[in-house]
Amino acid sequence: MSSHNTYPERKNSLALPVILLTSGLFLLLSYTLLSIEQAGGLAAQVQSALPKSGAESPVTAVLLNFRGYDTLLEVMVLFLSILGAWSIGRASLPQALIKTSTIQISCVRLLIPLMILIAFYLVWQGTRFAGGAFQGGSILAAAGVLLLVSDFPKLIQIHSIHLRLGFILGPVTFILIAFYCIFTNKTFMAYPAAIVSQLLLFIEIACAISIGLTLAALFAGGRPAQESSIAQRKGSTL
Amino acid sequence: MAPILIPLGGGLLSFIFYRKGFSISLLASIVGISLRTDGPSLLMLLMTGVTSITITLYAAGYFSFRIASPSKPGRHERQLQFFWPLWMILLGSLNGLFLAGDIFNIYVTLELIGLSAVALSALSAKPSSQIAAFRYLLVSLLGSLSYLLGIAFLYKTYALLDLDMLRLVPPMKGAHTAFALMSVGLMLKTALFPMHFWLPPAHANALAPVSAILSALVVKASFYLLFRFWFDIFNDLVTPGALFVIGLLGTGAVFWGSIQALRQHRMKLLIAYSTVAQLGYLFIAFPLTQIQEKLYWLPVICMAMGHGFAKTAMFMASGAIFLHVKHDRINELTGVRAYLPVTVFAYTIAGVNLMGLPPSGGFIAKWMLIYAAFEMHKWWWGIVIMLGSLLAAAYVYRVVSKLYVMPPDTIIIEKKAHSMLLEWPPLFLAILSLILGILAPYMVSILLLSKKLVSIGGIM
Amino acid sequence: MITTLIYSVTGIALFCMGFTALILCSHLLRKILAINFMASGVFLLLITTAYSPDPALLDPVPQAMVLTGIVVSVSTTALALVLACRVQETTGSAVFKRLLPFRKNKGQKD
Repeated sequence: MSSHNTYPERKNSLALPVILLTSGLFLLLSYTLLSIEQAGGLAAQVQSALPKSGAESPVTAVLLNFRGYDTLLEVMVLFLSILGAWSIGRASLPQALIKTSTIQISCVRLLIPLMILIAFYLVWQGTRFAGGAFQGGSILAAAGVLLLVSDFPKLIQIHSIHLRLGFILGPVTFILIAFYCIFTNKTFMAYPAAIVSQLLLFIEIACAISIGLTLAALFAGGRPAQESSIAQRKGSTL
Repeated sequence: MAPILIPLGGGLLSFIFYRKGFSISLLASIVGISLRTDGPSLLMLLMTGVTSITITLYAAGYFSFRIASPSKPGRHERQLQFFWPLWMILLGSLNGLFLAGDIFNIYVTLELIGLSAVALSALSAKPSSQIAAFRYLLVSLLGSLSYLLGIAFLYKTYALLDLDMLRLVPPMKGAHTAFALMSVGLMLKTALFPMHFWLPPAHANALAPVSAILSALVVKASFYLLFRFWFDIFNDLVTPGALFVIGLLGTGAVFWGSIQALRQHRMKLLIAYSTVAQLGYLFIAFPLTQIQEKLYWLPVICMAMGHGFAKTAMFMASGAIFLHVKHDRINELTGVRAYLPVTVFAYTIAGVNLMGLPPSGGFIAKWMLIYAAFEMHKWWWGIVIMLGSLLAAAYVYRVVSKLYVMPPDTIIIEKKAHSMLLEWPPLFLAILSLILGILAPYMVSILLLSKKLVSIGGIM
Repeated sequence: MITTLIYSVTGIALFCMGFTALILCSHLLRKILAINFMASGVFLLLITTAYSPDPALLDPVPQAMVLTGIVVSVSTTALALVLACRVQETTGSAVFKRLLPFRKNKGQKD
């Protein structure tokens, strides 16, 4: 950002009143916090329902089963962010990042399969311990970012339709499975008890792939410059 | 390909909501999430449904008109490509909000609404609209974070998230703070008077169908929540002093919005400031609401629906005028009626609703509010409402008078094709807002419908 | 107990600091950072409600809420960054005060 050096942040006449106001807010909120007698929480209820939820970790059970609807909406929020980013501008990676050495390339070649493996391990373990779709997805995203900054020539030839399909994979799988539950159990998102853990794992894998792809695509910062992308990228940063 | 695939996801989502609202009901579980409908939420859904169908038709017309006469090749195709998925997701999440029965679920839905609304308002590639969209995003995030902080306090106090259960709990320490935080967050999103600064630029700089969506539906969603919290869920926490302050802010909104509307030179900014003013009435209704009465929702719902329909019609009409005249400076809009008679007529009728003349929805709402004001010996609110209506008449006439004037040297622009969809949807909505007063008995019967509950997920 | 108290008061402090910065800082990037500060504060406060001396009774619901909140926060931050970059691209400045001439456009040109 060019305006960094000349940018004056000091000397704001608003500063004092605003700081007084927010300190007052802080004191008020802390005072309330101290006076609250904390309620027990819902751990016991979750524990009692846990055996039927298809997940051993209570957090995963809450995320995907009891409050699965929230998670569905959350995946939609992530999808919305990439949709919004694509609607606003084209992808632009700074030129400086694109100069890569052979060491970096070979390291990345070694790292990527390992990262994918770890990501899926995290997803797999998510039903038992901490971990799950988002954690796995972030590792996948990190792999994607590594690929992006290492300038693999094949990368820019990925057609945007594949990316699009990847983005909606998670939400669509989630919605389809939730609908499937209407036919079996007459309730949206009430998974049939016999196959619940398989369904949860299926959802987690689909969501992890979508989350990984979405976060990596967000790093690129916009929709792919489809028409003659290579020439454009070599030519200008925009 | 993308315009087909992606809305499918959003469309699916909204379809689920529609379907689930009326299917089966189960008991809510304490850890699960449930959806619920009752009279007010059904009416809001109805308003969203009618408005959204009309906006969809208009948007189809709007974009095909722009693509037929592009200012920059490719730009409008791109706008169209991203408009549909964003709009479908926004619609789905609006419906989800009106059906939500869980405070944290409401938070996620609010974020969905906020993000899609911001992305929609940034679609128009002008710098001014992007800056407005950025500000809108920050305000929207600030509002939802304040709401989330409220949830944190509430959860600390009660360890409950379900709205029906929260309605039953006694007021405890911490609940007031939580309630205040949540209310402030929602007021920020509803653009109540001192927090309205973001609304006019964001609404006025967006594309016409987007302005209609933002003004008619998005601000109403957070208002609906606010009203529900104050009078339905957390009514025990409400004090007369707080109600008075809200009424005062509403008064400020009515006067400030109207006066600013009178001062604008651009038609869309005028309409956007009038939104600020009209939202003010919704807040003046706060001190005038008596929850002992069964129909306490009726004035605000009438007002919200009437304003929703009328404001959509106005933004659509101004969009149609802009497409034909290529600008929206009020003083140069003379003679438009010669080539856009239907649009101008729609604008005028929508203005009737804003002024609150019978038999419009605005009239019914203001009548009930004024009646309540004198009945409760709070006559000053009644006077505020009447003065606000006068100001509304002034800013409506300011545009209408220009539209109907025909100076002899008017150049009559030849009407282009594709304009059927641009002209008739606003007229439909404007007429609907005008006869809303006649439809009020039906609204009452919907309002008195009993509550339905649907739980999502849970153990079978 | 005292630990959770420290955490939750820190959460509130982060929230208030972020709020101050959001109002006072004029650079778009700092505003985004301020919002993230506030979000972190809320998450910190929320996660302390999950604490219980008995490890079997850790409340999973706030944990799930925080996870959801983090994803939402990541998404909103990403969109905000893209938007801020775009604003800087089209106007040449990312300082809110300097954007004033672009905010007040006279007459609409699309």
